[in-house]
Amino acid sequence: MEWDWDFAWSIMPTLLAGFRITLIATVLGAMVAAVLGLVFAILRRSPNRLVARTTGFVVEFIRGTPLLVQLYFIFYVLPDLGIRLPALTAGVIGMGLHYATYAAEVYRGGIEAVPRGQWEAAKATNLTTRQTWLHVVLPQAVPPMIPAMANYLLAMFKETPLLSAITVLELMNQAKSVANSSYRYVEPMTLVGVMFLVVSLISVIGLRWLERRYGRISR
Amino acid sequence: MGDWAGYLTLILMGAWVTVKLTLMGSALALVVAFVAGLGRISRHAAVRWLATAYIEFFRGTSIFVQLFWIYFVLPMTGAELTPMQAGVMALGLNVGAYGAEVVRGAILAVPRDQHEACVAVNLTRFQRMRHIILPQALPLMLPTFGNNAIELLKATSVVSLISLSDMTFQAQVVRSQTGSTLMPFVTILLLYFAMSSALSFGMRRLERRVTRGLDGVR
Repeated sequence: MEWDWDFAWSIMPTLLAGFRITLIATVLGAMVAAVLGLVFAILRRSPNRLVARTTGFVVEFIRGTPLLVQLYFIFYVLPDLGIRLPALTAGVIGMGLHYATYAAEVYRGGIEAVPRGQWEAAKATNLTTRQTWLHVVLPQAVPPMIPAMANYLLAMFKETPLLSAITVLELMNQAKSVANSSYRYVEPMTLVGVMFLVVSLISVIGLRWLERRYGRISR
Repeated sequence: MGDWAGYLTLILMGAWVTVKLTLMGSALALVVAFVAGLGRISRHAAVRWLATAYIEFFRGTSIFVQLFWIYFVLPMTGAELTPMQAGVMALGLNVGAYGAEVVRGAILAVPRDQHEACVAVNLTRFQRMRHIILPQALPLMLPTFGNNAIELLKATSVVSLISLSDMTFQAQVVRSQTGSTLMPFVTILLLYFAMSSALSFGMRRLERRVTRGLDGVR
């Protein structure tokens, strides 16, 4: 096994093109996860027992099954039911849905960490539901959520290679196609590893800063 | 759709591979977690540094990248691995890195006076760990270990991509042979859910056993 720098440089543009798709998938997936997660969290708090139970089960089910299989489900099963999605869209929805269940827990933890007295005080001063949420609960609930959310964002970024299994041409898939056409695995696979490692090591520094700035969710 | 039973058998064979992977991967992960977790709080800077490098490396990249690296790049150094060995190694090393942080956190969470009391009664370092610190740290680790085991179970589906015939792989085989998509994928989703539910149930039982008699202590 020897490392060929010329070859490594020559495949860089292809890998970077894949990296762009990886970033796009991460950002879009994170947006889906943030919104859907909030929906899950709110539905789970619903006063209607049936809605709350059903949401709870759905969340547990999604958390208890592999992301890869969920991606296959969206990519292969939905077209048979008449819903045809491009690979990237399917991937973004799959990842977003999967991580929404994790985000829902973060939302729930953040909201429950607001002391009961705050809710009671809001009621006592005759604030509307909207005012209570916007001016009392959310400003206290959101900051502790930020480090946990950033953590899941990083986790999701690292999971994007799974999208290659449903033909999205992201970083891993580009590396695989380069490797398969040149019969050289060492450089592409190692470069992919290094790229992920560099991004996540930098992110870890960012995460530490976020944790110092906003603190962890206290249990 | 004629040969339903045959295809179900195929998927169940895959389920057995998934179970084996989960068990062996968890066993390796547990060992690695303790070695690296204790390494991170070692007296020797070199050991600490090595453990930190291992943990950051395996937490910084995804299981998928690690698996492909182990399966495709390692053989070029002469280490030939079967898909099963590569799968267990990737799963164990990846989840072990997460577990190491749990081990470290739990050991550091044992109150300082316990350490001081050990010094006061002149226990050796080994005795201190074995009889005082670890028995108190273990119950703290268990809930997170349970979550890690479920993450490992879910991660086993990735090995299907290096042509190891686990449950996900078999579902793909059924899909390509029958053209039916709903049946194989719904079946394996339900099986995965059943397995992860069984895991979390088992871990809760274990937790209750280990924390028995500790009420009021914490």
